[in-house]
Amino acid sequence: MPTLTIDGRTVEAKPGATVLQTALDAGIYIPHLCHDEQLEPYGGCRMCIVDIDGSRGLPAACTTQVAEGMVVRTDTEPVNRVRRMVCEMMIADHPDECLSCTVNQTCGLQKVAAYLGVRSQRLATTGRQAVTDASNEFFHRDLRKCILCGLCSRVCHELLGVGAIDIAGRGFASRVTPFGDTGIGESTCESCGQCVDICPVGALTGKNEALPPVRTVNTICPYCGCGCGMELGIRNNRIVRVRGDRGNPASRGSLCVKGRFGLDFVSASDRLTTPLIRRNGRLEAATWNEALDLVAARLIAIRTAHGAAAIAGFSSAKCTNEENYLFQKTMRAAIGTNHVDHCARLCHASTVAGLARAFGSGAMTNSIAELEHSDCIFVIGSNTTEAHPIVALRIKAAARHGAQVIVADPRRIDLVRFAAVHLRQQSGTDVALLNAMMHVILQEGLADEEFIRARTEGFAAWRPTVIDFTPEQGEAITGVPADRIRQAARIYARSRQATIVYSMGITQHTTGTDNVLALANLAMLTGNLGKEFTGVDPLRGQNNVQGACDMGALPNVLPGYQAVDDAAVRDKFENAWSAALPDQPGLTVVEIMHAAVAAEIRALYVMGENPMVSDPNLNHVRKALAATEFLVVQDIFLTETARMADVVLPAAAFAEKDGTFTNTERRVQRVRRALDPPGQARPDWQILGDIARRLGYPMQYRHPAAIMAEIAAVTPIYGGVSYDRLQPHGLQWPCPDADHPGTPYLHQDTFKRGRGLFHVTPFRAAAELPDAEYPYLLTTGRVLYQYHTGSLSRRTQGLERIAPPGTFEIHPRDAEREGLAGGDPVRLYTRRGSIEARAIVTSRSPEGTLFMSFHYGEAAANTLTNDALDPVAKIPELKVCAARLEKRPDTTGGR
Amino acid sequence: MQQQLQDVFDRYTGEQSELIPILQDIQDVFGYIPSEAMSETARFLNLPASTVYGVTTFYAQFHLSPQGRNRIHVCQGTACHVRGAEKIITAIQAHLGIAPGETSQDFEFSLEGVACFGSCALAPVLVVNDTVYGKVTPAQAVDILEALR
Repeated sequence: MPTLTIDGRTVEAKPGATVLQTALDAGIYIPHLCHDEQLEPYGGCRMCIVDIDGSRGLPAACTTQVAEGMVVRTDTEPVNRVRRMVCEMMIADHPDECLSCTVNQTCGLQKVAAYLGVRSQRLATTGRQAVTDASNEFFHRDLRKCILCGLCSRVCHELLGVGAIDIAGRGFASRVTPFGDTGIGESTCESCGQCVDICPVGALTGKNEALPPVRTVNTICPYCGCGCGMELGIRNNRIVRVRGDRGNPASRGSLCVKGRFGLDFVSASDRLTTPLIRRNGRLEAATWNEALDLVAARLIAIRTAHGAAAIAGFSSAKCTNEENYLFQKTMRAAIGTNHVDHCARLCHASTVAGLARAFGSGAMTNSIAELEHSDCIFVIGSNTTEAHPIVALRIKAAARHGAQVIVADPRRIDLVRFAAVHLRQQSGTDVALLNAMMHVILQEGLADEEFIRARTEGFAAWRPTVIDFTPEQGEAITGVPADRIRQAARIYARSRQATIVYSMGITQHTTGTDNVLALANLAMLTGNLGKEFTGVDPLRGQNNVQGACDMGALPNVLPGYQAVDDAAVRDKFENAWSAALPDQPGLTVVEIMHAAVAAEIRALYVMGENPMVSDPNLNHVRKALAATEFLVVQDIFLTETARMADVVLPAAAFAEKDGTFTNTERRVQRVRRALDPPGQARPDWQILGDIARRLGYPMQYRHPAAIMAEIAAVTPIYGGVSYDRLQPHGLQWPCPDADHPGTPYLHQDTFKRGRGLFHVTPFRAAAELPDAEYPYLLTTGRVLYQYHTGSLSRRTQGLERIAPPGTFEIHPRDAEREGLAGGDPVRLYTRRGSIEARAIVTSRSPEGTLFMSFHYGEAAANTLTNDALDPVAKIPELKVCAARLEKRPDTTGGR
Repeated sequence: MQQQLQDVFDRYTGEQSELIPILQDIQDVFGYIPSEAMSETARFLNLPASTVYGVTTFYAQFHLSPQGRNRIHVCQGTACHVRGAEKIITAIQAHLGIAPGETSQDFEFSLEGVACFGSCALAPVLVVNDTVYGKVTPAQAVDILEALR
């Protein structure tokens, strides 16, 4: 470690560090405006110049590397004289509006000026003509205040990989601008607001940040599974500002547009504030006692008449671990049924089933931060930029550092910009693609034979099943040119550390489990498991879907993936919970819907889910929910599902309660109460305690910390998790005891199941393919600006304006054949239903394939989707079905 | 335009360092850099369009709008300034009705002020279509231009 002297102090520096970073780390302030530790050194503002013995002139500390024995002076008059001049020139160009500026008292220019003793606008103002721009939904640009430090454009290029803005012009005409000097609302800007966060002055400010917060609370984002840390700024019991939490290891201060600007739902005027009971066909306000008594009485009556197996519950991947634990405990111990499941069934059931079979554990094997250091990232069936924006940042960073990215996706998704190869397989042919790649790896001797011998089993039986499956055969099925399959296989297999990233594009198929197993085969074949920067990484969709699975909100396992049909496990839980537990695995989400139609399920308790938008074949879901004798919905909004309920219980939102979420990389993180819930709304964990007590099963906790203590006691992978250990970075399970530091990557020396197991995965076609009657393949997915069923994101008007409902993508050649232009209204039909939508004509989706997002209840893509199930995981085939379209007369004049 | 751009791109490999030569070629073909050409160049080089725009607007040699058939450059360096460059600009401006940075409506002339040609001994200097005119007077400047019509 180099040692240097700064202002007479001896300071140890990291090798390769800059003088500025070393000084700042040592608590020595050097004024600076263009530096950020997350970005490359820039040397633009000339404010951090220092005096270094033996150095010519006054070098910028931010671009000067430390050297052994260096002697640095940061605060001498010659240095400050130059800094003052630079500062005065900036101030000459800067409007004198500090008192009325949003960043008054937090402004970087103010700080520097104060440090240097600059007290007045000494130089004549230059009268710079600069634009102000309100075209973004969420922030203002006031370039009169811009000091051209370049932080905003560099964060947009270097960290986000978006590059919506850059510095254009030269000299006095320099300005930060989108392409063509348009408003930023018309640019490629994704509205993540990272530029607003990093702007040191008032040039970029949030539109809703007129009043500064009076206190801040650190918590975890409620949207996707990235698990980003956020700092909520609170005032008057409202969220008035959101910032990224730089200390969070998953997100390192980044947030996407939804996390930073999409929390309006928390204080939305249509939050549920009182329990509702259906009387004479209408939902009417009721007291908590009336509602809870009614729920308990009806559940007891149905259990008495039809048995506990006539009751089912949907837990919630949006709720905390503690609440999921209590939900399944209520269903199992208080009611006596294993019919408990949640939306993981619709996203990663095939992951849990497939990876558990192959490796013994169904979670992401490695960590988000590791992606950045992989040599090769194989992204298949994951539109990471839109569905997991912060994970995508690590993939883009890896690409920037020279990693080879392979994208396998029918659509030309954003990550293709960073990819060495793009494989456009037809939806539903992933197994054929992967088998062909593995054929190449075997044929060309690229397999890791040592790893296969030492760590796996089943290879000898598996090998013959792919050895004859050539890339040419793969091409015939997938549509991907054979040479490209070879190229991808070679890149992946020859990389020293290769990672697989996948998501719904792999799992939501009737072959979902096979898809996952084929990916597991590929990783084992090349030895890319059990070490850093490798692995098989399924990206989990919801903020806490990992945790909901961990907590046993699944019909076949108790908390910690302990099987319900294992007598020893059941004994343990019966002792811990003092209750007899059902011994047969329960039904899954789609099976529960079928059972409801068949009158086998009579009562359904839904906590924080919206199957009336999220589940496949919605007409059937509606029939199922209507068929129940008793439907309870516990939610923060009167969702499409809640409108059908007999009792609605108002719950607290994420910012109104304490608890934990487990993100996609198995990191258990603290969620903190920042606000009071509206009206009579209460946290789910309290509601569940009251229900259980009324069912004759006392289940009271004073705080979620006490629930976590119980979870740790019965769940080995959470054995060492406790609230005091979750500061500041959370813990990654498995964390078996109080001294265990958590596990960044799995399967280090041995697989959870012992040896990794190769599975034979022959190609099977999707359940429903295009034919003469329904000639298009319809696939569904997410868009960046909306989330899931829209209950949360659609209550932020800016998001709704950027991503309005009712559109679908169609390839230009298909559009021409159908006589469609962009914006034309059509009716989309499948064998299950039809909806209205408007065409977006784009080559993003391949010819013959239509793409639609599923976020919108009034134009619900899931009216169309197929509820055919994967035989193992029971996940429905949301990604492939056959569709046709009819052009409609345009009655609204288009948009 | 697509075909002309493709002809330019065909001469390059797609390395990002080729940006400036490509922009120069495009300007040779079109006389300026059309907006669509910048977008296509960004796509070809896998660069953000904002970066291509930033580079194009940084260099005085690149024009974002169609230029006149005759390009007039008036030197405004120190020597030329002292010897009356402003008067030359004023005369041309009055005669053609265009300010520095503008192009006449008939696309015959574009006028630009330039920092220094390095021909200070000849100040004031006027350069029209790569021909250098030294020690010009405002009246001579107008005559030189009229001779080009």
